[in-house]
Amino acid sequence: MTAIQGDGSIRIGVFICHCGINIAAKVNISEVVEFAKTLPHVAYATDYQFLCSDPGQELIKTHIRENNLNRIVVASCSPLMHEVTFRRAAGEAGLNPFYVQMANIREQVSWVTKDMKSSTTKAKALVAAAVRRVARHDALEVRQVPVKADVLVVGGGIAGIQAALTIANSDKKVYLVEREPTIGGHMAQFDKTFPTLDCAACILTPKMSSVAVHPNITLLTFSEVVSVEGYTGNFRVRIKRKPRYVIEDKCVGCNACVDACIYKQPRFPDEFNVGLSKRKPVYMPFPQATPSVVLIDPESCIQLKKGTCKMPCVDACDRNAIDFNQKEEFLDVDVGAIILATGYQPFNPSRIPEYGYGKYPNVYTGLEVERLVNAAGPTQGQIVLKDGTKPKSVGIIHCVGSRDQKTNPYCSRVCCMYSLKLAHLIKERTEAEVFNFYIDMRAAGKGYEEFYDRVMSEQVQVIRGRVAEVTDWAVTPEEEGKLVLRVEDTLVGVARRIPVDMVVLSVGLEPQPDVEQVQRLFNISCSKGGWLLERHPKLAPVSTFTDGIFIAGACQGPKDIPDCVAQAGAAAGEAMALIDKGHVDLEPNAAHVRENCSGCRTCISACPFHAISLDKETGLSVVNEALCKGCGTCVASCPSGVAQQQMFTDEQIYEEIEGIMNYV
Amino acid sequence: MSEVSKSSSGNGFEPRIVGFFCNWCTYTAADLAGTSRLTYAPNVRVLRVMCSGRLDPQFILDAFRKGADGVLIGGCHPGDCHYQAGNHKALRRYTLLKRLLKTMGIEEERVRLEWISASEGDKVQRVINEMTEDIRRLGPLRLPPIPHAGRMPGEAVERVSSIGQETGL
Repeated sequence: MTAIQGDGSIRIGVFICHCGINIAAKVNISEVVEFAKTLPHVAYATDYQFLCSDPGQELIKTHIRENNLNRIVVASCSPLMHEVTFRRAAGEAGLNPFYVQMANIREQVSWVTKDMKSSTTKAKALVAAAVRRVARHDALEVRQVPVKADVLVVGGGIAGIQAALTIANSDKKVYLVEREPTIGGHMAQFDKTFPTLDCAACILTPKMSSVAVHPNITLLTFSEVVSVEGYTGNFRVRIKRKPRYVIEDKCVGCNACVDACIYKQPRFPDEFNVGLSKRKPVYMPFPQATPSVVLIDPESCIQLKKGTCKMPCVDACDRNAIDFNQKEEFLDVDVGAIILATGYQPFNPSRIPEYGYGKYPNVYTGLEVERLVNAAGPTQGQIVLKDGTKPKSVGIIHCVGSRDQKTNPYCSRVCCMYSLKLAHLIKERTEAEVFNFYIDMRAAGKGYEEFYDRVMSEQVQVIRGRVAEVTDWAVTPEEEGKLVLRVEDTLVGVARRIPVDMVVLSVGLEPQPDVEQVQRLFNISCSKGGWLLERHPKLAPVSTFTDGIFIAGACQGPKDIPDCVAQAGAAAGEAMALIDKGHVDLEPNAAHVRENCSGCRTCISACPFHAISLDKETGLSVVNEALCKGCGTCVASCPSGVAQQQMFTDEQIYEEIEGIMNYV
Repeated sequence: MSEVSKSSSGNGFEPRIVGFFCNWCTYTAADLAGTSRLTYAPNVRVLRVMCSGRLDPQFILDAFRKGADGVLIGGCHPGDCHYQAGNHKALRRYTLLKRLLKTMGIEEERVRLEWISASEGDKVQRVINEMTEDIRRLGPLRLPPIPHAGRMPGEAVERVSSIGQETGL
């Protein structure tokens, strides 16, 4: 036991918070206060409306001074919410901040318990546990560690681009890692953006080129993060650079090699045009690709597959940029903060066989139509059916893979608006009759309802009802050769059959297929369904439970471009705040090993961070505090009980169990 | 006897269960259950540790010794551990402990390990309700009391002690 003030006795103050009626409505506060007064070492106990408020904290400070308290227990909300607040208050009153223990009587008592009697009993048990525990607390010092000045951004879609540029503009170095050969993400594939109908490329490509030329940004495309070590302020990240078979520094993107390729005609599905057009084995992903560098696909290149090509591409390149011997390379970078902007994947509609995607050639996804509408797309902006004719009627089905208990229960937030945008564009290009089948029209955003009104005024038809099926089974002569949408028009209450030439499935947004890997690599949590989990849905929307790692864009949940950009700015701000401070405060919860260690090394193999080593001279295990993250697994594994974790010593935990069990 | 027992219903037995929840997943999930106002049985009293890997099996035995009728351990899903693999270590220790408990005549069901991620507030509710009912069905543990266990030096307060007193063991 260390640093007991005054005559050396432990004097605990217990403060019970009402949290307005959040706690007081379910917990008999005065009963808990009276109970607290009977607990060992409790010198003072009181209650207050809102302890986290300024007067509440002032009350705590006053009582620490007046009653000579040297430990405090605050029974209120979760420690994850206000532990910092009360530690600070204790510190301001001259107490070591770690002489504070909280009892969570809101989130884990009053909000989850039906009757007052059980709530009050449970609250008492938690207060007793906190009192018993805090008596065994030690005075600890916060560890300060300097932070690395650079930032890593993972994902080069609009969110990653925005975050990287914001940070780079503040004169910090940024590594932007993108696994595809070019940055731009999904936004680069869109034609227009709602509700302004800005051309997506026109607003995105200037940002892409700013990234490419920015002196503070190291752009690493066709690269993936393979390992992350360290902790907030001090991450070491290993990045794999996949071989392009083209030397990035030499290639100028002249496309001479593409023209010279042994394949005279493009034969392989073009990823950028979602398979609607073909490319060669050596290709530029799209004209504004950034960096403007070609790459060679090892799956289709004859030289890379069989080694038997005449390699006309090599001859065509006067800069000797093609290198068939390129191997993957690894790059280690040290960064202080990491921003994840890993995006989403569009829902695959083959999971709803009733809609006939993959079965009927003229059933498209929204993203495919984006490419069709685009002037640089596979049809040069012509909206045509598979037989080359213009559709006379088009049905757009909303909520495909959204708001559906069989696929995804959530609303994907962007589909109503992009469906309306596609309706407008299709109408503009083809004069076809356009039907939108919706469940609810969700146009919540600046200028969105106005855009809906505008599209309505263009005589786009809307039918409220979830489409049951898309079929080519005609029952009337008018339906012959058409795709028939069967739907219940829920506003009229009749079942309808709408024959159209083309069906567009407004697919929702889903987490990336490998989100689990991202989650594990960066040690962060996911919410239901696989979206990366924010630290707090309202107050810490871009932070994660791992300090120093932030999230931005659609990897956190479906969102549109303005929201992605806003979130990217927020994440950049958080990262800069961390780095500009220059150091991080680490919880003093590291483990340490006491002298009478037997040198059995059990803890060494238990430690996931290689923080423990055997001192050869003394034969004792030694914990490197800078590497220890404070999980306590070595403590649990130590056979002789000499390994201990600060803030979670065996003694403290036994006391807490005692308090939790043996008073009420 | 404790107030919980007095206010009990059904077979008159309200189990007291100690929860050891890891900071990053299950404790956060329990907070989420609160924020979402999911009500559940009041029988589990939670103790926070940074990682389920911190749990020395002796903590669980100690909880039983001090009168717990059950122990619920909550950790991150395999692969999601904030400290890489603390939950795997918890699983290994839990598996061994269960065997040990059996030889001591303590029913295996009295200790339960659950993976509950930070977003699974509803799972906290379900698991706590389930476990409370399971232990209610099993009845009290009734371990013999340990003399002067856990008493602070000079402590004068009359406390609820182990259930053994009531049974006269």
